[in-house]
Amino acid sequence: MPEVILRATDLVKHYPIKAGVLRHTVGHVKAVDGVSFDLHKGETLGIVGESGCGKSTLGRVLMRLEEPTSGSVDFDGVDMFQQSGSAMRRLRRDIQIIFQDPYTSLNPRKTVGDIIGEPFEIHREVVPKGGRKKAVQDLLDVVGLNPEHINRYPHQFSGGQRQRIGIARGIALRPKVLICDEPVSALDVSVQAQVVNLLERLQREMGLAYLFIAHDLSVVRHISDRVGVMYLGKMVELGTEDEVYQRPTHPYTQALLSAVPVPDPTLRGKREQIVLSGDVPSPANPPSGCRFHTRCFKAQDVCSVEEPEFVQRPDGAGGHRSACHFAEVRQIVPTSDIPTREPDEGRGSDGARIGAGAPPEDVPAPGVDERGVIDPTRPAADYQIGHDDVAPEPRDRQS
Amino acid sequence: MSATTVDTPQEKRGSGSKSKYVPQDGCLLEVDDLYVEFHTEEGVAKAINGVSFDLSQGETLAILGESGSGKSVTAQAIMGILDMPPAKIPSGQVRYCGRDLLTMDPNERRHTRGPEISMIFQDALSALNPVFPVGWQIAEMFRQHRGMNKSDALERAVGLMERVSIPAARERVKAYPHQFSGGMRQRIMIAMAIALDPAVLIADEPTTALDVTVQAQIMQLLADLQQERQMGLILITHDLGVVADVADRACVMYAGRLVEKSEILDLYAAPAHPYTRGLIDSIPRVDQKGQTLAAIGGLPPNLTRIPPGCPFHPRCYLARDICSGERPELRELVPGRFAACHFSEEVLGA
Ligand SMILES: Nc1ncnc2c1ncn2[C@@H]1O[C@H](COP(=O)(O)OP(=O)(O)OP(=O)(O)O)[C@@H](O)[C@H]1O
Ligand SMILES: Nc1ncnc2c1ncn2[C@@H]1O[C@H](COP(=O)(O)OP(=O)(O)OP(=O)(O)O)[C@@H](O)[C@H]1O
Ligand code: SF4
Ligand code: SF4
Ligand SMILES: [Mg+2]
Ligand SMILES: [Mg+2]
Repeated sequence: MPEVILRATDLVKHYPIKAGVLRHTVGHVKAVDGVSFDLHKGETLGIVGESGCGKSTLGRVLMRLEEPTSGSVDFDGVDMFQQSGSAMRRLRRDIQIIFQDPYTSLNPRKTVGDIIGEPFEIHREVVPKGGRKKAVQDLLDVVGLNPEHINRYPHQFSGGQRQRIGIARGIALRPKVLICDEPVSALDVSVQAQVVNLLERLQREMGLAYLFIAHDLSVVRHISDRVGVMYLGKMVELGTEDEVYQRPTHPYTQALLSAVPVPDPTLRGKREQIVLSGDVPSPANPPSGCRFHTRCFKAQDVCSVEEPEFVQRPDGAGGHRSACHFAEVRQIVPTSDIPTREPDEGRGSDGARIGAGAPPEDVPAPGVDERGVIDPTRPAADYQIGHDDVAPEPRDRQS
Repeated sequence: MSATTVDTPQEKRGSGSKSKYVPQDGCLLEVDDLYVEFHTEEGVAKAINGVSFDLSQGETLAILGESGSGKSVTAQAIMGILDMPPAKIPSGQVRYCGRDLLTMDPNERRHTRGPEISMIFQDALSALNPVFPVGWQIAEMFRQHRGMNKSDALERAVGLMERVSIPAARERVKAYPHQFSGGMRQRIMIAMAIALDPAVLIADEPTTALDVTVQAQIMQLLADLQQERQMGLILITHDLGVVADVADRACVMYAGRLVEKSEILDLYAAPAHPYTRGLIDSIPRVDQKGQTLAAIGGLPPNLTRIPPGCPFHPRCYLARDICSGERPELRELVPGRFAACHFSEEVLGA
């Protein structure tokens, strides 16, 4: 296995709950409560789990956007939380983050050039001042946006394009680790695939390691080499993609997998269903013993008393880490290798690259309206819609 | 909630006394060549452009499509809850048991909402009134539509909350919406939607905001209720996985049109429209190991400027000259299978 680039040991992040006029601390939200894992160079480690289990908190702590309550992170051989000043600045170049919401994570008053160039302003040593515009345009090109749009504002781009802007900023300093917090969750399915493909391509080209946080187990399986499953601030299972998806040993992982809808009506009624009762308990007051015991279909008396250790447990092959007293393999999703999809004539793997030499993903051909309403195979002159049209207003998911 | 008008007492469907609406040959609802546009400052957004489908008793029809394709607007048009203006319905019919709802007397139509056709909204939190206890909100439906007294109505509310598996329902009738989790709120929305025993239930993205484990519970609940009451269910979603698990038939929408309509097994086994095929190919599956996803390039069009000809042609891998000039109509390829593409035979053959 490649070298470890980031090692988290016993990471804990508790948020105080204040109450009363005097704002006394009456308890703690145990958002992340003792999480350990390694991230290797150039790999993708997926983190899955239900809402509120601490995925984003983990990401923020790793970015040192927040200080942990306890625990340590070793980044490329240095203890991250012990660094300060210039050493920390240097570290920050190597670890970057992209966020879920392409609508709110970009400053609406800044141009795309300013947004993507911002890291160069903070880390002036990376690119000399005169070369910044060129560097930003190169980045736009890399993520499949038109380099001429450097002076546009975020609202002039679609959701998928804004996510590309976020990615361009994330990779500007050529980090070693990119934390992706639900990078495709807000996107439409057809656009989601474009961004996933882009992330995969960048990883191949730049040797980036991803911590890929998402609640969508299908997307995580697709993109990850290894996967960690979180429940109420704890990692409950961690292993390679095969180990977690084909040989899961933790009841929570098994239940999650059984609940994922599969777009195949021939499997209806044939898939194993483990329906969990109830909702996730509050992280302010997690259940005793095994935190999953209130919903677990296998729980025994010991489970509410004794916390299971997160250790290597047998899985019928090499074994992998799981936190259950009664860990045992249960295959939930019989897996097939995707029959290689023969691209149709002229239909590239990303569906947009029609004809040789066309740009990657959904990149409109030069001069073509980036809403994508223009056929990228044709000269823009075929259409009456001008190039200066902007993207449609963000479509409101809540509406 | 939409249904809060005074109504004559009415008996429960299936319990002897009947609604005055009688399905014809099992057909409950027919949407016929429906158009909806929005008149906005930017121009006229053509949100729905000639949509037709029908729904039978006991059937689950899925409406699939990406954000902005017109799924919710279709549902709102059926329910009669579009704000007009800005919305306008230039033509089309929505027939419920043979009666056109769009030309029906507004008062009569209002009385169909709830007891005949009912809807679960996309955003459960905003659809519940935050200042009233949930039990009261459910009970109010019985008071207004069935003329029940307060204590009977509250008793029915408790029963419904139990039916949708709210733990400790009796103690929680007086709780407010914010005191429930997202999944519980969705259950309460479902309870309200089925309270008056509607013949048609429209569920607009009923599980989108929920975690997968809760999503599975809610879908199970909806499927059980539908079986139990033989409702016609319209399930609106962008999730091809959810649809595959429950629907009998599906419509796929793109830019306010149906591009494909067929039995669920056919649709997935052999999509007849390049867009449907693209959607199916672009999603990763939890039971398959990764390969590069076949993304669809580009973006859905701006509805004020829908491309001429086939609205999908700028993104279509099969597009030819005719596609930008001539609009393909939704045509029946084989009995029960419809697609709006000049080259559907080719797509099917591929
Ligand atoms: N700044 C904060 N102060 C107090 N509590 C917080 C804070 N940030 C997060 N939490 C709580 O910590 C828990 C974990 O939150 P987090 O955002 O990490 O979850 P998540 O796994 O990312 O969930 P989601 O899938 O919804 O994004 C939640 O209960 C959340 O309410
Ligand atoms: N009140 C309104 N005024 C103007 N345009 C509207 C209005 N309501 C809807 N629209 C437009 O109609 C189109 C269809 O919207 P609709 O809400 O039906 O989409 P949807 O398919 O339900 O999408 P989503 O998956 O995001 O819910 C969108 O382009 C939307 O912007
Ligand atoms: S330790 Fe007990 S409660 Fe926890 S997952 Fe295992 S069986 Fe379930
Ligand atoms: S009509 Fe032409 S552009 Fe439209 S879907 Fe069919 S092949 Fe593609
Ligand atoms: Mg989060
Ligand atoms: Mg909608």
